[in-house]
Amino acid sequence: MADVLREKCDVIVVGAGHAGCEAALACARLGCDTAVFTVSVDSIALMPCNPSIGGSSKGHLVREIDALGGEMGRCIDATFLQSKMLNASKGPAVHSLRAQADKQAYTRRMRQTLEAEPNLRIVQGEICELLTGEGPDGKRRVTGVVTASRAVWEARCVILASGTYLNARCLYGDVITHTGPNGLQAATHLSDSLRALGVRLLRYKTGTPARIDGSTIDYAKMEPQYGDVPVVPFSFETDPAAVQKEQELCWLTYTNETTHRIIRENLDSSPLYTGVIEGTGPRYCPSIEDKVVRFAEKDRHQIFVEPEGAYTSEKYLSGFSSSLPERVQHDMIHSVPGLEHCRIVRNAYAIEYDCVDPQQLQASLEFKEIAGLYGAGQFNGSSGYEEAAAQGLIAGINAARRIHAQDPVTLDRADAYIGVLIDDLVTKENREPYRMMTSRAEYRLLLRQDNADERLTPVGHEVGLISDERYERFLAKWERIHAEVARVKAVHVGPTEDVNAFLRERGSTELKSGASLADLIRRPEIDYTAAAALDAERGEIPGDVAEEVNIIIKYEGYLARQELQVQQFRKIERKVLPDDIDYLQIRGLRLEAGQKLQKFRPATVGQASRIAGVSPADVSVLLVWLRGSGRDTEGGAE
Amino acid sequence: MTGFRNDTIAAVSTSLTPSGIGIVRISGPEAFAVGDRVFRAGRAAGPDAGPDAGSEAGQKAGTGAGLKAAPPAALAEAPANTVLYGHIMDGGEPVDEVLVTVLRAPHSYTAEDTVEINCHGGPHVLRRVLELVLKNGAAQAEPGEFTKRAFLNGRIDLAQAEAVGELIGAKNELARKASLDKLRGKASEDIRALREQILYEMAFIEAAMDDPEHISIEGYRGKLAEKLVGWEARLQVLLEEAERERVLKEGVRTVLAGKPNVGKSSILNLLLGEDRAIVTDIAGTTRDTLEESMTWGGLALNMIDTAGIRDTDDPVEQIGVDRAKKALDAADLVLLVADADSGIDDEDLRLAEAVRGKRVIALLNKTDLTKDGGPEGRSGDGEVHASPAETAWAAAAGASGAGAEPIRFSAVDGTGLAELRARIEELFFAGKLEPAEDVWLANTRQRQALAAAKDSLGLVRGSIEAGMPEDMFTIDLADAYRELGLILGEEVEDELIDKIFAEFCMGK
Repeated sequence: MADVLREKCDVIVVGAGHAGCEAALACARLGCDTAVFTVSVDSIALMPCNPSIGGSSKGHLVREIDALGGEMGRCIDATFLQSKMLNASKGPAVHSLRAQADKQAYTRRMRQTLEAEPNLRIVQGEICELLTGEGPDGKRRVTGVVTASRAVWEARCVILASGTYLNARCLYGDVITHTGPNGLQAATHLSDSLRALGVRLLRYKTGTPARIDGSTIDYAKMEPQYGDVPVVPFSFETDPAAVQKEQELCWLTYTNETTHRIIRENLDSSPLYTGVIEGTGPRYCPSIEDKVVRFAEKDRHQIFVEPEGAYTSEKYLSGFSSSLPERVQHDMIHSVPGLEHCRIVRNAYAIEYDCVDPQQLQASLEFKEIAGLYGAGQFNGSSGYEEAAAQGLIAGINAARRIHAQDPVTLDRADAYIGVLIDDLVTKENREPYRMMTSRAEYRLLLRQDNADERLTPVGHEVGLISDERYERFLAKWERIHAEVARVKAVHVGPTEDVNAFLRERGSTELKSGASLADLIRRPEIDYTAAAALDAERGEIPGDVAEEVNIIIKYEGYLARQELQVQQFRKIERKVLPDDIDYLQIRGLRLEAGQKLQKFRPATVGQASRIAGVSPADVSVLLVWLRGSGRDTEGGAE
Repeated sequence: MTGFRNDTIAAVSTSLTPSGIGIVRISGPEAFAVGDRVFRAGRAAGPDAGPDAGSEAGQKAGTGAGLKAAPPAALAEAPANTVLYGHIMDGGEPVDEVLVTVLRAPHSYTAEDTVEINCHGGPHVLRRVLELVLKNGAAQAEPGEFTKRAFLNGRIDLAQAEAVGELIGAKNELARKASLDKLRGKASEDIRALREQILYEMAFIEAAMDDPEHISIEGYRGKLAEKLVGWEARLQVLLEEAERERVLKEGVRTVLAGKPNVGKSSILNLLLGEDRAIVTDIAGTTRDTLEESMTWGGLALNMIDTAGIRDTDDPVEQIGVDRAKKALDAADLVLLVADADSGIDDEDLRLAEAVRGKRVIALLNKTDLTKDGGPEGRSGDGEVHASPAETAWAAAAGASGAGAEPIRFSAVDGTGLAELRARIEELFFAGKLEPAEDVWLANTRQRQALAAAKDSLGLVRGSIEAGMPEDMFTIDLADAYRELGLILGEEVEDELIDKIFAEFCMGK
């Protein structure tokens, strides 16, 4: 053994994708000696699928990551090609930022950020084995990892963020390669090591569409898609002026009956339908063959053509995921207007991989049965760069807190989309890669992308990832918002001719008696910005403050209703279920519920209530039991 | 157990029926001790026999559920599941001949030590037995408290607790029939279908929010507004049916209102006397509003005799007036009483106005004293008609249509009783006392959920009218969906997410 390398550090992060990068940065920034392992240093923060960050509900996640002190928002602000606020015409809860990324610029910048971190080492190598031992409490705990070169790295915490690399295989038609995304080396040993430790694994599947040469596209047959002017940045730290720049275009085209006929005629050669693919695919990101089969009544599907980066003419065909054979892919792409003569650079493929059943994790993302071991990202059964980054950040924060002997930080469903994401993963039985959606957030009116800082920056500051300087600026912003809301509510508007002329012009009912300015802002035809005409006292108000004031006033009643719902929710959410409950001994609990609870060991009654197979009556029995056994305590979630 | 009272409680645990067979149940740690204070086992019970007369008879206690001829000296020593024969004694006086069942924790309904006294002597005796038990150390059980304890002690689940509550609460045959039909009802099918439609609309809105570039929501709000109108109308119908059912189950909450001395109490006694109606105290009523429960044919009536309602400066009297007003607010029916003999005065009119807005039947009492026409003139056709003042009085109370005319009534000779009954049936059961085929029994929680669902749909319509963005609609749609789910006892889980993926073609 004398010639194997032996190293030691606080935290090891396995994987340097979006989860791994956030995890490693958080640990290093919180003072832990951290090493991040990747199978290829050139693929740090790689975007192997869509060339964009954000989008519906994912934009919320990026804002939340930023509010907690993560990196993703800053990185995309510096490297985007086009930016858009989705759903801008709809309510503030569903506004979502999405930016097209320059993939290489993003990767390069993230790598430089990692390299600049003094406590952080980047190591190329595959992790093959986890080392564990018995902790002082008799519980199993992680002690380190072994690399493919047999090097032994001791560590107090290990974060698994292996993405789609575990036992990965890529497929289209009858072509199968045992590689990770983009032809990168798969990680083939870690799954066995995890199974040997008693960890349950799942087999998931996802896919990516073809890439084509942009110089061979007939753009005249497609509709251009423009970015927003002005651009709104993701990060609180980004100066809005710095993101106003020339933007790249995306393009929209459609499939047609010919495309669908080609697909139908060749379905029998798709590995999805021949049964070669065993993994469970995501319903929200169906392959084009799935869409054609399941939504047979639709005569066309949208295809967005998006740039992969400013460095290349390669384009991404959003909406065209497939695992059909190469020849069929070529035919169907060439049937689409604008793409008739395009050259295909990379084929679409499906990818299958091992991931963990995340019900084995706590809300802190630490394994219930192995102390010091954390999971994050696609390894936990999620999909998407943003979902991965969010988990990486939480796992990183909690690993660092474990090193520093601090309580873990957990977010609940009323705190953040990140809370919803993690709660869904660790309490529900997921059968497909999990994607964030606004409809998953019960309290989404309170969990807006515009107020992510209000919700989470105090947490980020407390944790130590938000600087005092930024925190002061944050406090000043919200002080200003609250002062302005109070002022606007107190401004009286009389039924003068000027006022009524203004209202007439906007198709709003004229005033007969006086009203407060806030009353007028609540009208659908008017908002805070428009009401400036009636508001002589208003000073210079920055855009982010104006946006907030408008939302708080306009949706006051709805916000109050959701606050009430949250109070209800938190009543049981924070009731702690002690670790040592024997659920099978609780009288009145149905057997099925008792077995489920015994297996998943929820941390709180709220979590228990969301486990499939636990009925409201079972929850009542639990509450009664808690009260009866004198163990009825409120937990401090957070 | 902590967190709820665990003293010993007692109550009449069967519905009081005219047959008069009923059970007084005592439950809690002191159940046997309390029982032993009032029970004397054995046949030899006589005015002078002491509590241990049973053992003097030399009879042995048996085990098992059967009636044994040899009861033990004390309930406390009786084996579990023993039935003992004997008498309930008030001091030296026997009150009733009874069978007593001894149930030991946790093998009883409440999972506590329990004594059940089966009485035979009729409702008044039953009440006396209960009073004796209460005097001897048990506390009056709150309504539903046995079931609550059963639930808290893990004996039954919430759904069972509710079902038991309903069975106990079914005060008459009609309600019982409706109870049994509960799950077969067309109403629950309707609710299930409506819930499915709401889910579809939510899924559409969510899909459009999640994937705005693929799914357009243009022109949607108008279509949704139309659907909402239909859904709200359907819920309104269900609510009205549920309200009718509540009346069937709980009885028509009837308030007797009138000045002092117009004969309210005599009317109450008359009504209670007919059909040998049962009188019982109902817990929670105030001292000055006496509540009585009666069955009148198949119809359950809860009568509340209120103190006179009038303006007063006297703070003590004001409390009584406030309570009377509260009873009035909760009433389904007001029997407004005036004295036909002394005539209508300003105070009668003020009272009439005070009850306006409720369903009112006006009774002109004491017509037996006005055989000759009373103070006002009468027509000469032999028919006695209300005077203009009397008609104005009834009108002031808002009595209208067929029921506008006050009923000439006499609590002494029963004049007007048939007419009163016919009016009540007309008002509450549209003339028929049979529940409709599609009846389903809504308990209070279900009715509240139904009303809440309707309110939520109204809020959605309000949001559409106020020009709110579409994503705001789902907040209240989700509430309506959840409330309707409560009625059916269904969980929400991930139905919405499944629906989105099943119905709409999403992204990438």
